[in-house]
Order: sequence, then structure tokens, then C-alpha cells
Amino acid sequence: MAQPAIQPMTLAEKLVARAAGRDFVRPGEVVTCKVDLAMMHDSGGPRRVAPMLERLQAKIWNPDRVVVISDHYVPAVDAESAGILDLTRKWVKAAGISRFHDMQGICHVVLPERGHLRPGMFVVGGDSHSPTGGAFGAYMFGVGATEMCGVLVTGEIWLRVPETILLHWSGRLGPGLAAKDMILAMCARLGMDGGRYQAIQYAGDTIAALPMQERMTLSNMAAELGAQAGLIAPDAVTAAYLRSVGVPDDTIGGEGWQADPAADVAERHDFDAAALAPMVAAPHSPANSAPATEHRGTRIDQAYIGACTGAKINDLRMAAAVLKGRKVAGGTRLLIAPASTRTTAEAAADGTLAILTEAGAILMPSGCGACAGYGAGVLAEGETCIASTARNFRGRMGAATSKVYLGSPYTVAAAAVAGEIRDPRDMLAGGGAA
Amino acid sequence: MSMTPFTGRVWKFGDNIDTDVLAPGLYMKSPMAELARHCLEAVEPRFAREVRPGDIVVGGRNFGMGSSREQAVMALRELGVAAVLAPTFAGIFYRNALNLGLLVLVCPAAQEIPAGAQLTLDPAMASARTETGKTFACEPLPAHLLQMVAEGGLLPHLENKLRSQQVREARR
Repeated sequence: MAQPAIQPMTLAEKLVARAAGRDFVRPGEVVTCKVDLAMMHDSGGPRRVAPMLERLQAKIWNPDRVVVISDHYVPAVDAESAGILDLTRKWVKAAGISRFHDMQGICHVVLPERGHLRPGMFVVGGDSHSPTGGAFGAYMFGVGATEMCGVLVTGEIWLRVPETILLHWSGRLGPGLAAKDMILAMCARLGMDGGRYQAIQYAGDTIAALPMQERMTLSNMAAELGAQAGLIAPDAVTAAYLRSVGVPDDTIGGEGWQADPAADVAERHDFDAAALAPMVAAPHSPANSAPATEHRGTRIDQAYIGACTGAKINDLRMAAAVLKGRKVAGGTRLLIAPASTRTTAEAAADGTLAILTEAGAILMPSGCGACAGYGAGVLAEGETCIASTARNFRGRMGAATSKVYLGSPYTVAAAAVAGEIRDPRDMLAGGGAA
Repeated sequence: MSMTPFTGRVWKFGDNIDTDVLAPGLYMKSPMAELARHCLEAVEPRFAREVRPGDIVVGGRNFGMGSSREQAVMALRELGVAAVLAPTFAGIFYRNALNLGLLVLVCPAAQEIPAGAQLTLDPAMASARTETGKTFACEPLPAHLLQMVAEGGLLPHLENKLRSQQVREARR
């Protein structure tokens, strides 16, 4: 009897097939996958799952496969947030979870930074920006607390094998342009539900040339495209990043995690990096994006560089490229919350931090902060902000009548200097630094 | 929640209703009753004040987009919303809703249902009918998911399952 033909598979299909213990899978099938790693934060994590586990009188299937990171209510600002953090710390200890990072930064940045991610892994996160892990060639997606409880008890989760939507980029990004401009352009073209809860794969020579942190920005905002996952095939850039955070060479294993050339994708969309201009998303949707010049002159009260999306070390360096030798405009405030404590340390070591503070930026603690309206730096009624974050939904960052524009760290920094939205390239005569 | 037909008043919303308007971040550390008072406040301040148990929310495309916070579902449940009908739902919200016992039905023509209508919904038949007799087809939910919603979500469903296992074992 002839051998069955080997089914060509996309990267998403390969990752799901491995986790499901299958040789191959087809889009649309419902499969049960074994979870390699489950990540939770202080908001959707222990305070929500602890009562559920108690109710079921169940134990965690494997505490060594669970990572807990406090980032939403840090540092505590009142009795409620202090109580949530206290519960988190006590629960982690009682549950025997050793991989706990308390107040070290935002989970999506801390997780890879502390060497927990590898290509090929199947990972669930208790947060919607969990697709960030896809930048490392891991199948990572967000779930709610009840689903997380199910994973904690069984170590498994069901899923419909996703179709693959290929977002292909070619050409070189010009100076003053960043991954954030790319993803806002994709949101504008595909809409907030263009990803249809399927798997996106970013590919092409533009993607291959991006540093790891920029790839993370693209994968992070696969959430804003409505996708379940946002994958990038691992390569030498991935391996170099993992080595730099202490992942042993023999466990990096990125080689097999590529799409087969003959694999079918459900959709393909092509983008030209060379034709891209700095993008700004107007209130109240990331899909409401257009070139920054269309919003030139829009006055802002606050500029915010923060969140898992927009305050990694590369993001801070982009802001510094604009802010070097300049000052934040009178009547405008610039708040910067580095994505992790390691980001702050790196920015201090290479002089980035000094440039930011000399320009008049106000340094904030590492955490989710104002992005989702949880922490310090929220907006008053009627105020306007431009932010390097992922979402500008109505009222998300504070009062219901506040307005949030989104842009790259270059664009946010340029707006802070001008007191209004500008094309940041006007302030980058010598080209970008990131 | 019963899965027999029921009638509720329609609250209508547009496309891309997000989790941050359903469960605003400013109130996320507050008790559920307080958080629910701000549900959908940014788009319809009357909603949380005037919605009554058994009312039905009709949304547009991509209902529930954004965060994975289950409070977006819990706030609707707290206010007594009996079902959400929309042409498409955001993936995480959809799974959360079923897991927490909120009936969510994909209804391609949902946006044609008039605001304020008295809508009779038959979950098992996956169909909705206005008081004027206009009917709207929904995509049926598999029986086991309808059952889980009827039991109040995944957790009560698992509890019931464990209990019946224990009963069986005790009889042995």
C-alpha cells in the first residue's frame, strides 16, 4: 500500500498538530491540545481562578508549567489594588508556582525576557494580547479566566484548527517608521475583525529585517486584527534574542517551525513597506488609521509611551531619537512607563533614559498603567492623548469623553514636542535610531 | 437559565462593541454590582439604569472585541441580560460567554431587528421573532453547549458532572 502523501501544513497547523499529538491537522477540525505553558497576570489570574479551583476542589495539573506576572495593579494605589496583589503573592506561594515575576513589568514582555518562551511551544495567556508570543514562533493566544481554570486543572484546551491569513510585507521601512505604523496600516486595511479569530502569519523580507521587539509589536496587535494568533517563523534573529536572555542553545530549536512552501493559506494580503508613511489611529479604533499628516495640528494634552505594545527598549530608543536636545511643549505632558524593569535598566545603561528625562518626560512605574485605565496617568473628561499603546476604545484610558490617538513612539514623541500631532520625520533629519 | 422560548425587550448597539465599554477599566477592581452600573455607559448611559432582567442585547459585527476580561460577560449577566445576538462575535468574548452561561447566538441579520422590539427567542430552534411576526434565523448552538449555558456555564456544568459521578460511584 502506498504511503499517504505528506500533507503540506502552514506554521499554525504544524504548531497545533504537535500540541494535539497529531501528524497533521486541517483547518476547521476541533482538536484538544496539551498546553506547554500557561501565563496569568494579577487581574485575570489568581483572584479569579482561585475561587473556581476551590469550588471544584481541584489542583493545578503542573505548577512548573505556570508563570504568574503581576502587572495590572502595580504598584498598588489603594486598598483594593493592594489586596489583589497580596492575594496574588499568597496564592502563588500556596500553589507551589516558582515562576512568579512580581512588579517586574508587563507580562507579554517579561515572559520572553525571562526566557520562558521557545519556538514550537503551545501557550495560553490570561490576556488578550497573548498573541505577542507568536513573534517567537510559539502558538500563543488569550483566554478568559474560566478557560484558564480549565487549563490549570487539565493541562489541555480545545480549539478549532485555524485557517492561516498571510500578511506579506516587502521593501524597506524608511527612517522614522516602525512596526507600529505597519500594524496600524494593516488594521486600516483589514478592519478589527479581519483576522476572523484565525491565525495570522506575518512574512516577507520586511519582517525578516525587523528586530525582535518590533516583531513583538506586530504579533501583539494581531489581537486588534481579531486574530487568535499572530505568528512569525523563527529565524536567526529569534535565536539571537533567546540566547541573549539565557535560553540554552540546545533548547531553542527553531529549525522545523516554518510553513511548508506548498501549504494553503486562506487569504494573502500584500503590503509595501517603502510606500508606508507614519500612521495615526484616530479615536476610537485602531482601524481608524491614516497617515499622520492628516491629523497634523490636532492639539494634545498628554502623550503616553507605555504598554506591552509600545514601551520596549526599541520603543524608548525611537522616542529618544526625536526627543534628543528637544523639550516637551508647554501645556503638554509626556508620560513614559517602560514595559519592564529590564527595559528601564537597559535604557539607563545606554543613555536613552537621560535623553527622555532631560526632554521633560515623566517616568512612570513599569506596568499596564494608563493603557487600560487601571493605573496612574488616566485622562480627564474631554482630554486628548496620543499613545504608543494598542487600543484607543472610547473611555479605555480614563473618562468617557476623553480621546486617544495611537501612533509609533516616534510619532508620540514628536507630538509631545510640538504639542500637536506631526509627521515625526520632520524632527528626524538624520534618520531613525532604532 | 431555562432554554425554553422567552420574550425580552431589545437593546440595540452597532459594530465593534468592545470589552472596555462593557467593563470599563476604571471599575475593574470594584465589586461586580458596581462595575455593572457602568456597563456600556460610554455608548448608552441609559442602558445600565434601565435594562431589565430578561432583556436582549442586539449587537453588530465583532461584538465583544478587545480584552479577555470575563467581566465583560459578567456585567451583562449581572444586569440580567438574557441573550446577545450579533452577526459576528470576537473570539475570546464568545468562548467566555458560553463558559459563563450567557446565551450568545450568531444572527446574520441581527442589525435589522428594531431597537425596543419585544423579541421572542427560542434558543433550541435558534430563531427569534418580533411582536410584528418578523423572524430572524440564528446559527444553532450544539446541544452540549446549550446544555452548558442552561446550567449556568462551565463551572456549574463541571460541578454537576462531578456530583453525578459521585452518585454513580456511591451506588456501586
